[in-house]
Amino acid sequence: MNFEVAFHKTLPGAGRRFALQVGIRSDAARLVILGPSGAGKSLTLKAMAGLLRPDAGLVRLGGQTLFDSAANLDLAPRKRRLGYVFQDYALFPHLNVRQNIGFGLRRGWLNPHPRNEMDEVEYWLDCFRLRAVAGELPAHLSGGQRQRVALARALIARPRALLLDEPFAALDADLREHMRSELDALQRRLAIPLLLISHDARDAEVLGEQVLCMRDGVLAA
Amino acid sequence: MSPLWSTFGLSLRVAGCATLLALLLGVGFGYLLARGRFPGRDLLDTLLTLPMVMPPTVLGYYLLVLLGQQGWLGGWLDQQFGIRLIFTWQGAALAAAVVAFPLVFKPARAAFEAVDAQLEQAGRMLGLGELAIFLRVTLPLAWRGILAGMLLAFARALGEFGATLMVAGSIPGRTQTLSVAIYEAVQAGQDGLANALVLATSLLCVAVLLLAGRLAPGYLR
Repeated sequence: MNFEVAFHKTLPGAGRRFALQVGIRSDAARLVILGPSGAGKSLTLKAMAGLLRPDAGLVRLGGQTLFDSAANLDLAPRKRRLGYVFQDYALFPHLNVRQNIGFGLRRGWLNPHPRNEMDEVEYWLDCFRLRAVAGELPAHLSGGQRQRVALARALIARPRALLLDEPFAALDADLREHMRSELDALQRRLAIPLLLISHDARDAEVLGEQVLCMRDGVLAA
Repeated sequence: MSPLWSTFGLSLRVAGCATLLALLLGVGFGYLLARGRFPGRDLLDTLLTLPMVMPPTVLGYYLLVLLGQQGWLGGWLDQQFGIRLIFTWQGAALAAAVVAFPLVFKPARAAFEAVDAQLEQAGRMLGLGELAIFLRVTLPLAWRGILAGMLLAFARALGEFGATLMVAGSIPGRTQTLSVAIYEAVQAGQDGLANALVLATSLLCVAVLLLAGRLAPGYLR
């Protein structure tokens, strides 16, 4: 089972409480969660990643239990080995492309050197056609390049699954279509379970082996 | 060595140690209050900001009560380690550190709050521990604001008068810092000495502010 997720979480909000109720059981390699903004999609993704702690439930991705309130198990986000692509990519603004991609490979208290030549970083620079901008800071990149850097940074550590939060929302229409097919080809090549959340039905058409709809905090499949 | 130079050197030593102490505590508390969510947070912020508005003589009095041989901290230090801080340059440094502390703490907190928390989450997803994230993401993005505060704190510590006089007195060559020496010189009618000390202090403060403007442009407006 690639995705086995069942949890609930109540969030205190301004004025009203927001209740998140999620149940997913799917063996699809590519899962798309569709829903309007405010439906709780991002919160769901964060809960899977360990950035938000559910009140109770279970999160199993790629056959590995990451959270199980019954067994008192809650793996720290850094131990979950998940690739996470944030909506606006969350690239480190003070590090160049090379350093951003190699960030997770280098342990310890120091960032990778601006001119590091780690083999895996070189591979992803070529793979995503980023070699020409390898020394640039994220602020100097185009939207498509930023997304490729975010993908490379997430994939380089060989995660057990890839979670993407509205990965195309920041791109213009032409580029969006292009990056969709790029991600489509990439997932086929790497054969890594992919979970994407979006409010754009076109993402589901291209990338969704299975499509789930989320509304008002409720997601069930 | 002439009294002018020894006073000058002592002041630099006192201000330097005070700045270092204020920097460590200011960064620590700044981060805690920027990222921590705990009861009493606002009260703690208020208490930590107090030295900015309280008369230095009042702060000095508190320190005397705390650090004197009858004070609970001073008595303990004396009994356990034989350390006496009252009427020493270390005591003067401590007094200056307390007065200068909010000048590091406030900008540090603001600088940490300006760092997008999502970048720290990205670091977690890439497998880093909290200390590594602080050193590799948060601190590099906040350091200019902290540096600006640190230089202001140094200038403030250099000019500290009230609290220093209360705690360390005015022992020429041992605890008599520039601003205290100026007061003594004027009282004793040594106009030449007072002029030299005033000129030296003014030049030093101008240099520090110029440096702050160069190293952290935009933070001192």
